[in-house]
Amino acid sequence: MYDFELVKPASLAEAVKAMGDDGAQALAGGQTLVPTMKQRLASPERLVSLTGIAELQGVSAAEGRVTIGAATCHADVAAKAAAHYPGLAALAGQIGDPAVRNRGTIGGSLANNDPSACYPAAALGSGATIVTNTRDIAADDYFQGMFATALEEGEIITAVRFPVPQAAGYVKFAQPASRFALVGVFVARFADGVRVAVTGASNNGVFRWAEAEAALSGDFSADAVTGLTVPADDMIADLHGSAEYRAHLVGVMTARAVRAAG
Amino acid sequence: MTKVTMTVNGKTVSADTEGRTLLSSFLRDGLGMTGTHIGCDTSQCGACLVHVDGKAVKSCSVFAQEVAGAQVRTIEGMANADGSLSVIQQAFQDHHGLQCGFCTPGMVMSAAALLAENPKPTEHEVRHYLEGNLCRCTGYHNIVKAVLAASGQDVSGLGVAAE
Repeated sequence: MYDFELVKPASLAEAVKAMGDDGAQALAGGQTLVPTMKQRLASPERLVSLTGIAELQGVSAAEGRVTIGAATCHADVAAKAAAHYPGLAALAGQIGDPAVRNRGTIGGSLANNDPSACYPAAALGSGATIVTNTRDIAADDYFQGMFATALEEGEIITAVRFPVPQAAGYVKFAQPASRFALVGVFVARFADGVRVAVTGASNNGVFRWAEAEAALSGDFSADAVTGLTVPADDMIADLHGSAEYRAHLVGVMTARAVRAAG
Repeated sequence: MTKVTMTVNGKTVSADTEGRTLLSSFLRDGLGMTGTHIGCDTSQCGACLVHVDGKAVKSCSVFAQEVAGAQVRTIEGMANADGSLSVIQQAFQDHHGLQCGFCTPGMVMSAAALLAENPKPTEHEVRHYLEGNLCRCTGYHNIVKAVLAASGQDVSGLGVAAE
């Protein structure tokens, strides 16, 4: 791997300062960034490691919300959020494999916004708030296309705040080699309506499926989405599946996610 | 260069590292412990899997400086004190859970992490847990069998492949 500077700040304030220079890149669990750097697809001059910062760790629940520290690994979310938001914990427990879940973090996943990652579906499907060192960003404003987010240069995600729905489910059709979602659908039923977020499918990254939301808000059952289809125009097409196949899977996974939500 | 100190298999060790030194390189090149294998080098195959503070981690995707001060366990630390094979290692031998052996250090470390959190896993749980460990020889059947046997469960109903 080419040379760079690795810094390990002990506090968020130090991390923000270290991120101030050109060429600085935040390093969370590194499960995507490190392989990306080995392939020379990214070449930061300085990595600012966030996993040693205590204030970015942990899961807490209060007043119908669950707040996850940005540097909390997937395995900890799977274990510690289970009592407060089982649908979110179940999603975290399906990411990658056990070793990846011990390192990869929620903040890292959301900052990267891989179009096939699981967490963007949970954040958008729950209507979560992405909390950074400078502001709160609603999930509806945060995701801006494949690998693109509302984050500014040097901005660091500190936590993610999830409103807890009455019921939620996530089902993904895993791409068998990478375990990323070929298509993954997160559904969440709130008192004022249902949200449906789809990952893995679109060239524009995670998106909400308005027709399914309307149908499920009237009747929260798998039958309610039978016959609904999404256009294949903007779907990802690659060796793992055609655009038409992914569009079809969106409907199938949505019905399964509703069943999983119970 | 920054001196990094950690505990590897119960022994305190130090070596000079650069920021870019991966834990896998620290173990193999810095300490000469080549039991930890580097396969894909992109956190997919699991051949480099070690334990960091008791958790399964792919050492090719963690920088050594990030785990300074940690308790690390590698395949070299798995055998019993008298040099005999541990229960898991012996089960891999007894049930022919390896062929070329390249993935085996990672498989054994993954199996040990599984059995530490779930001492009596089902076959499905073993297969699910080993998703991040790729073997291109065995077809996994005998690896799963070995892990189940190491957990003390009866594997006589699981077929006789390659025994």
